[in-house]
Amino acid sequence: MGTYFSLQQIINGLQLGSIYALIALGYTMVYGIVRLINFAHGDFFMFGAYASYGAFFMFNTLLSSYIAPGNLLLVFVLIGAMAAGACVAMLSNRIAYRRLRYKSKLSTLVAAIGVSMFLEYFFSAFPAIGPSPRGFPEVLPKVMWKIGSAQVSNYVVIDLVVAAALMTGLTLLVQKTSLGRAMRAVSQDKDAAKLMGINVEGIISFTFLIGGAFAGAAGLLAGLTYPRIMPYMGIMPGLKAFISAVLGGIGNIPGAMLGAYIMGMVETTANIYNSLLGEGIAFVILIIVLLVRPTGILGEKTADKI
Amino acid sequence: MDKFNLPRLLITTVAFWLIVTLLSLDSVNILNGYVLVVIERCLIFVILASSLNLVNGIIGQFSMGHMGFAAVGAYVSGTITTLWLKLPPPDPGVWISFPILIFMGAIIVGGVFAAGVGLLIGFPSLRLKGDYLAIVTLGFGEIIRTILNNIDYVGGPRGLLGIPKFSSFTIICLFALLVIVLLRNLVHCSHGRAMLSIRENELASELCGVDTTRYKVMGFVIGAFCAGIGGGLLAHLLTLAHPTQFGFMPSALVLIMVYAGGMGSITGSIVAAFTLTILSEGLRSAIDYIPVFKIGAMTIRIGTEWVMVVYAVLLILIMLYRTEGIMGMREAKLLIIEDKQ
Repeated sequence: MGTYFSLQQIINGLQLGSIYALIALGYTMVYGIVRLINFAHGDFFMFGAYASYGAFFMFNTLLSSYIAPGNLLLVFVLIGAMAAGACVAMLSNRIAYRRLRYKSKLSTLVAAIGVSMFLEYFFSAFPAIGPSPRGFPEVLPKVMWKIGSAQVSNYVVIDLVVAAALMTGLTLLVQKTSLGRAMRAVSQDKDAAKLMGINVEGIISFTFLIGGAFAGAAGLLAGLTYPRIMPYMGIMPGLKAFISAVLGGIGNIPGAMLGAYIMGMVETTANIYNSLLGEGIAFVILIIVLLVRPTGILGEKTADKI
Repeated sequence: MDKFNLPRLLITTVAFWLIVTLLSLDSVNILNGYVLVVIERCLIFVILASSLNLVNGIIGQFSMGHMGFAAVGAYVSGTITTLWLKLPPPDPGVWISFPILIFMGAIIVGGVFAAGVGLLIGFPSLRLKGDYLAIVTLGFGEIIRTILNNIDYVGGPRGLLGIPKFSSFTIICLFALLVIVLLRNLVHCSHGRAMLSIRENELASELCGVDTTRYKVMGFVIGAFCAGIGGGLLAHLLTLAHPTQFGFMPSALVLIMVYAGGMGSITGSIVAAFTLTILSEGLRSAIDYIPVFKIGAMTIRIGTEWVMVVYAVLLILIMLYRTEGIMGMREAKLLIIEDKQ
């Protein structure tokens, strides 16, 4: 079994898990606050990947005389991707979800499917983008290190560090600031929060902003790590990230991170045996979780899930 | 008052069949082969959409993997007619022959297999509700598709090719009528009322003694059976069965028909299946007339993906401004069974 649980596998699993964690956080926060499975979230991730592709070329031509490809450029591209993800998330909340807030839950879900289809097909129909996959540029030169038996590139370090930094920032925001307290209040009881003078719609909008920004960052990281982007790239990672959120306990922020890292590890391990198993294992996990422990690993008990 | 209204439905269908058949005769040739194929696709989508409406609209359980069952029906019937029996393609002029009967049997067998898969999937997943059920059925649909993608016997990712073109307009019309009559009668019998009560309030209907799990699974299995029939007909119309035909997006397309037409209204599903199929074909041919632009070195072609963009916008607009769909929950007179006074 030595080869199956080598250091390399653990690193690959953590890397995949970081990307899933950033997407899963958006799912879990939006679910926690408006009880909506935002089907379009995987497409915000795709949008982030394309935005960072565009941002790279923009900054590279604009600033090439000031900065060389490197860490600073990466920061610019990251900010661009996060801003783009945040914008598209807030816009879809404003246009599609907000009016349906007090109608049946399923109509919002169908609207989310509509938003998801719109983003995917708009990108593949838009002449400058097109349906065919394209290569992601090397934002900064790739360096390989050897740690024991494993090969580690600086991209792995970037993935892990960016994900860890964003997640730490989010935890601090939610736990320590008054904005975070307002978010927690809205997720517990919207009406009571409104009576306490909290701007509920503003908080919901802010939640979409954070979720979209994280999905955008994940898009950049995925583009760096697996350098091939296409309009339909968001569907499967989106579903798997959602399953990670359910595994950790949906609506629970540490749960989403835990679930995503478990999902990354399980998937990379399953991929060694059989790539078909690697694709399908996420759904097997989902079904087992929903049947055995529908609240997820860290979730609290609620009545309306099953 | 006639209790079942069945003769009127039969007469309407026969009239529709007669008009289309007469207009597409070689000597008349008002409807050419292309238009006829579009009408046949419409009817297949009527089968798929109204059977999904049974699960989503009438029982109120949000299923998203409907095309997975259609895939089972398509592959099973295609395997029987193409790989096992190696039936030759039928002569266009022949109305009824032994191979056509075998083909109809194969479609039914495909439906039965789809129903079996529906039973296997329905038992564990129908314990869940709302959006969780949506995700699980979506997952099962993807699993069915991935499995088909990896079975070499039925062509794997190449798809099952060379299926004889058995689905004639008459046969599709016949199956569509059967499915509609089945669903209509189901909704109006006591089982159907139990299903409607689950949609309205599951807790209350359970308290009234309705075995909710049993009726949910029953509706799911019947829906899967009809989807399997639709999938089999589709495979024998397009002469191939391919895993991508049955992915997430086709499922979403059928879902749009159900929601656009109106949840729980079979009439709505029929209207929406016709409208949206004709709309997408119309847009597709309209797009072909748009010339190719050239700006500098870049050529701008308006692709057929715009059809799907229009669909997506339409879905969002329907949800925002007419959440209940075109027909709401109303039915056409033909599909209502009136009580005997």
